[in-house]
Amino acid sequence: MRLDRLPISVLTTRYVPGGWDLLAFVLVFAFFIYAAEAAHGLTGSLAHLQATPISLKPSALIGYSARTALRMLIAMVASLLFTFTYATLAAKSHRAEVILVPLLDFLQSVPILGFSFTILIFLQLTPGRVAGAEMAAVFLIFTSQAWNMAFSFYHSLRSIPDELVEAARNFQLSPWVRFWRLEVPFAMPALIWNMMMSMSGGWFFLVFSEAITVGHTTVSLPGVGSYIALAIQQRSLSAIGWAIAAMAVVILLFDQLLFRPLTTSADWFRLEQEAGFTANRCWALTMMRRSRLFGLVGRMFAVMLRIGARPAAARAAPKPRRTRTRWVDYAWYAVLILIGLGAVWKIALFVLGEVTFAEIGRVLLFGLITLLRVAVLIALASVLWVPIGVWVGLRPGVARVVQPIAQFLAAFPANLLFPIVVSAIVLYRLTPDIWLSPLMILGTQWYILFNVIVGASAIAPELRYAGQNLGVRGWLWWRRVALPAVFPFYVTGAITASGGSWNASVNAEVAQWGTQTVRAHGLGAYIADATAAGDFARNVLGIMVLSLLVVILNRVFWRPLYARAERKFRIS
Amino acid sequence: MNATAPALNLAPLLDVQGVCKSFRKPDGDELVVLENVNLQLRPGEIVGLLGRSGSGKSTLLRQIAGLDEPSGGVVNYLGHPVTGPAQGITMVFQSFALFPWLTVLENVQLGLEAQGVPVDEMRKRSLQAIDLIGLDGFESAYPRELSGGMRQRVGFARALVVHPNILLMDEPFSALDILTAETLRGDFLDLWGEGQLPIKSVLLVTHNIEEAVQMCDRLLIFSSNPGRVASEIPVDLPQPRHTQDPRFRALIERVYVEMTARPRGEPRHGPKAERYAGTGIGTALIHVSSNVLTGLLEAVNEPPYSGKADLPVIAEEQHLEVDELFPAAEALQMLRFAEVEGGDIKLTEAGMQFARSESDERKKLFAQHLITYVPLAAHIRRVLDERASHSAPKSRFFDELEDYMAEDAAELTLRTIISWGRYAEVFAYDDNRQSFTLENPA
Repeated sequence: MRLDRLPISVLTTRYVPGGWDLLAFVLVFAFFIYAAEAAHGLTGSLAHLQATPISLKPSALIGYSARTALRMLIAMVASLLFTFTYATLAAKSHRAEVILVPLLDFLQSVPILGFSFTILIFLQLTPGRVAGAEMAAVFLIFTSQAWNMAFSFYHSLRSIPDELVEAARNFQLSPWVRFWRLEVPFAMPALIWNMMMSMSGGWFFLVFSEAITVGHTTVSLPGVGSYIALAIQQRSLSAIGWAIAAMAVVILLFDQLLFRPLTTSADWFRLEQEAGFTANRCWALTMMRRSRLFGLVGRMFAVMLRIGARPAAARAAPKPRRTRTRWVDYAWYAVLILIGLGAVWKIALFVLGEVTFAEIGRVLLFGLITLLRVAVLIALASVLWVPIGVWVGLRPGVARVVQPIAQFLAAFPANLLFPIVVSAIVLYRLTPDIWLSPLMILGTQWYILFNVIVGASAIAPELRYAGQNLGVRGWLWWRRVALPAVFPFYVTGAITASGGSWNASVNAEVAQWGTQTVRAHGLGAYIADATAAGDFARNVLGIMVLSLLVVILNRVFWRPLYARAERKFRIS
Repeated sequence: MNATAPALNLAPLLDVQGVCKSFRKPDGDELVVLENVNLQLRPGEIVGLLGRSGSGKSTLLRQIAGLDEPSGGVVNYLGHPVTGPAQGITMVFQSFALFPWLTVLENVQLGLEAQGVPVDEMRKRSLQAIDLIGLDGFESAYPRELSGGMRQRVGFARALVVHPNILLMDEPFSALDILTAETLRGDFLDLWGEGQLPIKSVLLVTHNIEEAVQMCDRLLIFSSNPGRVASEIPVDLPQPRHTQDPRFRALIERVYVEMTARPRGEPRHGPKAERYAGTGIGTALIHVSSNVLTGLLEAVNEPPYSGKADLPVIAEEQHLEVDELFPAAEALQMLRFAEVEGGDIKLTEAGMQFARSESDERKKLFAQHLITYVPLAAHIRRVLDERASHSAPKSRFFDELEDYMAEDAAELTLRTIISWGRYAEVFAYDDNRQSFTLENPA
């Protein structure tokens, strides 16, 4: 009898299910029921949905949270699928790489509102049904999650150590087995970190994803985002408070049930093979490891791997390597150039048909205003968070407490602060151009803090002792020890923060509280207004200028700075 | 499967015929790394490839494994040309190349898993291999929990479990400390001698001469630039071999002599300039710290050597590995501080003077020899002198060097010349600006 064909619970020697089994059982089935309930709404009609308005009752938030969480999960799964296919293609085929990588760079810089045109497509896919609106919402969340994950995976695939690649080839792993045994595990730590960042990004733009407005079409899907939108519209401070609480609970659940187990197991995937490892404990992971229910998932993974591993006899003899013919390359580049020219022509016709050159100039000026805002904010945030980050990073006990808090704050949508900011601006007659700005960096400043904490905790104890031993203190210590040591980490954080702030500008340069609207001058406000008015040409123009500015800034400023930091300050 | 009697009459498992490897340089010329290599591997023998770093022996190993494609020639395995990774040829890597996220057992199973071997058989064979190589009890450990020696045992088990005909070893012991390496080597030789290993023959790449003589039935000595088989030395001592055995020492001496021999075809007693490498700025330099150079000069100058020493003896005394010793000896030869021939190193008059001098005088002497005998140093100095700013970007020289050598060799050559130039104080280098200057910024 083949033992591996038997169900796993028959095979185990213990007969009485343990406590961990029970916990896993309860959690899994509670999740199924939740998911089924949340999915139930999918088949309903759109008219019915619009007839049942969002309720501001706190009790309604339980259902809303579940649906929001489910949307985010589905978007995360979609992002993972996208990551595994798009990034793999980019890393494996040079011809695909030349176009896919720059494309990703631009997609990453397009703010979520840039994808709002897709809402109409999704709505028309299933006329009159909620499913279309749900798909649109999931897709919008996807656009705030997928790009950086794909980038991280692509980079990991490109940096797998030669000897591991050679070992995989030497032992003739099939592409399928190689993907799951080598490439995915190697990319895991970076990918998980990016998934966490993506989740925060999803929360930050949640209001846009769930309370969908394009021109005259308005759909409010039941969820925390729509709840916040309504709370702002009705000026209900208590509802804002409830929304914050609900968000905190969902983020905490995600952290405990998803990200904590993932990061803990990601330590398994790290390449550094130091003897002796830190025991990183996590109850959810313990549960998964100890329970047979989750053991089944592991079994299924193994079976999946074996399907991909064909017996050697069935495999054809290794094909002689194809030499890349040069003229195919040239033909491919020619096709790309032709498509590119066609795209330029289309954009020019479309935008110039609606917009004058004077307006394009004005949009560029708006871009520069937003650029100034981003630059000043990043500088201010750096002055504030670098010293604090170093202080925290040198104290492991404090760092353990601060890290999760900062993570929660990074997910905090700017909309939730609208009441305070708008009221303050109206009450004290402040200039919106200055006082709306902090909202832009609200979610992104934490990346500077995160990274500096990581950098400071990575300073080798020997370096710190040497500093103490030589009596290096005060400003000299900062200049010669702390700042150089955290610099590469700081640059990483600042790049993330700067990119995020540009995206956040559409969520921050126009703030609403009830009927009061406060508006700053800038590219973000221009895009937000164009979207609200359903003005597609201006929307495209604004987003193009924004992407272009972000990409140029990355190429001429951040990338050289990063390369320099890498070369000079890394201790290798 | 007996290590002591290679069966010369058997058909070769592996037949490498006229294999070459070359790269195209930016100016369109070919850069030859491996030239016309022939070798045969017969059942029952361990063959060693011995040479300095950069002699292309690792490249050859990868071509045999089907991981790299030769530019010319053919690798025949069991009568068929190798065009990709072949079943029956597995490799043990210098840095182990274990998958850190897999346990010992899973790592060992990997090759069988890829072949689609049924689960029960896969487990049985893996546990056998783990047992054989002395890892039982560690099946569920992760590589990070193991010491270097244990990790390499996993590397061996993983390669052996698929029952390959040929085991390729790429400096498998060089990442281990001396004691561990010795134990692992001994264990491997015991298993081989008892016929317990499921393999037919072994090809070993190493730069450790003692290791090569201890393990192999035949040694192929590689010469560099371009890499090719310079000579073949049969080792017919019975196993187990003892390092203090006079016959063992004699063989080691012979390998040193072969490795310091000038390539054939070059005149032995021609005009002096031709006897030295480094006659143009396009000579690739291997990085040797000035510390090692001074250390070697001092050691050879002191009694009992007094200016002339046997290379194997001085290597042992100075704890220098071959891949450090030969570049250092060669650098001293290029600088005319020593001559190397017949397995000996002999200091020149200048070399002895250097060893006797104080720090400042040494620097002066070094500078003088550097400018006179290393054309690249003279070239850089001349450019700096001619320019009004007395500075020149690194890229300028890098581009010049790239006409003669591959990118990483050019980078290494520049790093070497920067380090020597700094020691001799003939020029300075600013890493932030990536430029050479005449004077130190101080």
